[in-house]
Amino acid sequence: MTTATRAARKGQHTHRADTPAASPLTGLGSLIRLYGRLCRRQIIIWTLAMLVMVPASVIAMDDAYPDQEALDARAMLLDNPSAVMMTGPAFAQDDYTFWAMVANELMLYVLIAVAIMSVLMMVRLTRAEEEAGRLELIRSLPTGRLAPPTAGLLIVATANLLVGLAVTVGVLAVDGPAVGSLALGAATALTGMVFAAIALVTAQLTEHSGTASGLALGALALAFMVRGVGDVIERQGSWLSWFSPFAWAQQTRVYVDLRWWPLTVSLAVIVAGLVIAGALSRRRDVGAGLRPASAGPEQASSVLLAPGGLAGRLVTPMMLAWAIGLSLFATAFGALASSLDDMVADMPAVPEWAPIDLDDLTTSFAAFVLMMLALGPIGLVVAGVLRLRTEEQEGRLAGALLAGSSRTRIALLWLLVVALEAFVVQVLLGLGVGLGVWQATGEPRWVGEMTAASLAYLPAIALFAALALALYGLRLRLAGLAWALMLWTSIVTLLGDLLGLPDWARSISPLHHVPLAPDAEVEAWPLIVMGVLAVLLSVIGLLGLRRRDMVAG
Amino acid sequence: MTSSQTISPKTSSADPAIVIRDLTKTFGPTRALDGFSLTVPTGQVTGFLGPNGAGKSTTIRILLGLLKATSGQATVLGMDPWTRSVQIHHRLAYVPGDTNLWPNLTGGEAIDVLTRGEKGSAHRTRRAELIERFELDPSKRGRTYSKGNRQKVSLIAALSRDVDLYIMDEPTSGLDPLMEAIFTDEVRALKERGRTVLLSSHILAEVEKLCDTVTIIRAGRDVESGTLAQLRHLTRSTVAASTDADPSDLETMDGVHDLEAGQGRLRFDVDDATVHDVLPALATMGATNLTITPPSLEDLFLRHYGDDLSVTEDEAAANTGGAR
Repeated sequence: MTTATRAARKGQHTHRADTPAASPLTGLGSLIRLYGRLCRRQIIIWTLAMLVMVPASVIAMDDAYPDQEALDARAMLLDNPSAVMMTGPAFAQDDYTFWAMVANELMLYVLIAVAIMSVLMMVRLTRAEEEAGRLELIRSLPTGRLAPPTAGLLIVATANLLVGLAVTVGVLAVDGPAVGSLALGAATALTGMVFAAIALVTAQLTEHSGTASGLALGALALAFMVRGVGDVIERQGSWLSWFSPFAWAQQTRVYVDLRWWPLTVSLAVIVAGLVIAGALSRRRDVGAGLRPASAGPEQASSVLLAPGGLAGRLVTPMMLAWAIGLSLFATAFGALASSLDDMVADMPAVPEWAPIDLDDLTTSFAAFVLMMLALGPIGLVVAGVLRLRTEEQEGRLAGALLAGSSRTRIALLWLLVVALEAFVVQVLLGLGVGLGVWQATGEPRWVGEMTAASLAYLPAIALFAALALALYGLRLRLAGLAWALMLWTSIVTLLGDLLGLPDWARSISPLHHVPLAPDAEVEAWPLIVMGVLAVLLSVIGLLGLRRRDMVAG
Repeated sequence: MTSSQTISPKTSSADPAIVIRDLTKTFGPTRALDGFSLTVPTGQVTGFLGPNGAGKSTTIRILLGLLKATSGQATVLGMDPWTRSVQIHHRLAYVPGDTNLWPNLTGGEAIDVLTRGEKGSAHRTRRAELIERFELDPSKRGRTYSKGNRQKVSLIAALSRDVDLYIMDEPTSGLDPLMEAIFTDEVRALKERGRTVLLSSHILAEVEKLCDTVTIIRAGRDVESGTLAQLRHLTRSTVAASTDADPSDLETMDGVHDLEAGQGRLRFDVDDATVHDVLPALATMGATNLTITPPSLEDLFLRHYGDDLSVTEDEAAANTGGAR
C-alpha cells in the first residue's frame, strides 16, 4: 500500500474509524468546569461563612465561659437530656475543658450546616439539572453515562474539602489544638459527603428535585433525632446513636480523647451510597424516577377550584410533612421534662443559658421548648408566602390572574391559607409538647395547658407571614429578606442567652416579645401590637402588589 | 360572564378591540417599547410580527395588565388594562408562548384552574371536544408533559372559553404540523363567530394563513401596519427573463433596482408601483421566460430587519436583559 492510497483511505469517511474511544467518564473535565462555574458562588459563600462563623463562635464561648467554674456549670447542663439532644455526647463531663466544650457545643451545628450544603448542592447538580432537561442536552454531547454524576460528586467533594479546611483553619486561628482541629475538619468534610451520598441516592428515586432534597433533608432530620435520642439513652452514645452519621463524627471524641476510626464508618457509608446510587441510575431512563409518575385526575376537584384552593394544594404537602416531623419532635422534647426535677439542685447556672425558672422547672422547660418549636411554623409561613414569588417567577401566577381573579384577591387568599395552616401546625406542636409532658409527669392537665399556650405564638406567626407578603408585594427581590429576620429570630431564640446579646438586638426578634406561656403571665399588649402590625404589613403588601409589574407571564 | 351579553354587535364593529397609542415601557435604562401604536379591529385576526426581543411580549403583557405602561395609552375592549384588568380578563383569553405548568397538577386540573370562572355544561363539552381534538392526555402530571403538550394545555384552556378577545403569543411553538393545522382551524372558527384575535408570531406562513391585517414591530416601534395586500404594495417584486437585447435601457428606468444581466438572462427588482412602466420595455426587448415573483412576507421582513440587523440584535439583547 502506497502512502498516497493510505492518505486517501484516511480522508475517506468511515464511521467506525472516525469514532474516538469513549468511556463512561468521557467529557468529565469540561463538566467539572461547568458545574464548578454553577456552584462557584455557593462554595465561596459556604467556605467564607465557616471561616468566619467558627472562630467567632469559639470567641463568643470564650467570653461566655471565662473560667473553669463556668465550664463545670456548663458540664452539669449535660445532665439535661435536652442539652444532650441539642449538642452532642457528654465526653469528659468531669474534666470539662474549654475545647471539650467547643466540640460538644459547636460540632453538631457545623455538621448540620455542611450536611445541608451537601444535600442542596448535590441535588442541584444532579436531579435539578435532569428535571430541567439540561442533562439531556449534555448527554447528547459526547459525554459518558457516569460523567455528569461524577462531576457533580467531585464538585460537592471539593466544596466539602474547602469547608472542612475552613473549619480547621478557623479553629486553629483561635488557638485550637492542632490534631484535634484537623480531625474536626476531616469529620466535617466526611459528614458532608455522607449526606451528599444520601442525596445522590434520593436524586435517583424521584423525578422531582424538590422531593429529592426533601427526602435527603428528612434523612438529616432523622439522623439528628436518632443521634439525640441515642445519646440521651446513654450519655456518651448508645447503640442507637451509631445509626446516625452525626454520631460517627462526634464519636471521634475530638479535643477529648481523639480516635479516628469512627470516621471509617462514614467512609464506608459514602462508598456504599455511591454504589447504590450507581446501581439505581443504571436501572432508569434519563429524566425518570425509579417509579413512573402516577396518573392523576382528569378534572380539578371543587376543592382545588375553591377560593384559595390552589394555594392549599401547593402549600399543604410541605405543611403536612413538617407538621408530622415537628410534632414528633415536640412530643419527644416534652417527654424529657420528667428527668428534669432530679437535677434541679445540681444546676444553679441554668438560667444563664436559657430562660428557665428553677422554681417550676417543668413549666418553664415546656414553655421554652414551645418557643423553640414556634420557629417551625414561622419558617413555614415565610416559605409558604414566598411560594407565591416562585409562582410569579415561573409565570404561573399570570395564568391564575387571567382566569379572572385580581392580584389582591389571590395574594390575600394565599396569605390566609398559609397562615391558617401554620396556625394549625403551631397548635399541634403545643398539643405535642403537652402530650409529652403528660407522659412524663402523669398529669393530663398539661395537654390543655400547652395547647392553650401555643396560641400565644399565633400573632408572631401572622406577623412573619405579613412581613413576607409586604416585602414580596413591594418588590420581588426584597422577599428573601423575610428569611433574614427568621434567621435572626432563630439566633436570638436558640443562642440569645448564650451569646449574651444586648437587649436591643434581641428585641428585633418578634419571638422575644412573646410571653413565655404558660410559664410567664400572658400580657395582651405585645400580642395586640404584633397583630396590628401584621394587618398593616399585609395591607402594604397588597397595595404594593397592585402597583408593581409582574415579572413573568 | 360572556361576550354576547356584554357587547352588542353594533358597538363591536365600531370600536376596535385594542387600541394602543404611543406606548412606552422602560425597564431601568432599557426601552422595551418606544412609541408603539397598534389597532386591532373587532372581529378580525390581527397579526403581530417581529423578531425576538422586539417588544411583542412586553406589549401583550401590558395589554393583560401585568405590566404598567411607562407612558402612552392602551385600551382593551374599551377599558384601561392596568386599572380594570380583572373585568377585561373575564372577556379575554390568553395563550402564552411558553407555558409553565404546576409540576404536581395534572393537565386536566391545570386547564380547570386556568378557566376557573367558567361554569356550565357548554364549557364542559367544549373542553372535552378540544382535549380530544388536540389529543391531550389530561391525567398526566404537569412536570411530565413535553413542551408541545404544555402548549396544548394553555391552548385548550384559552379556546374552551367563549370570550370576545383572544390574545396569543407565539401560540404554536412546540406544536407539530398536525396540531398546527387544528389550531389554524380553531382560529378560523373564532373569526367566523366574530371573535377578535391578536396573534403574535414570527412564523410568517401562520400569519399569512390567518391574519387580515398585520402590524410589524421592531425595536419597540411599529414600523408597518396594514392588510397583507397593502404591505406587499410597499415592496418590490422580482422580475426574471431571458433576452439577448442590451438591458442598459432598463437601468435608467425609475423603480428598477439591482439589475443583473449576462448569458442571456436578466434579473432585477422593481417597485410594485412602476411594474406597468417596465413591462413594455421588456416586451420591446423580446424577453421570454418572464417571471414576476410577488414579495413574500420573508422579503417584507428582511427589508425591515435586514438593513441594520446588528442594531436589532443589540437591542434584542438589551431587551431580554431588561425584562429579567
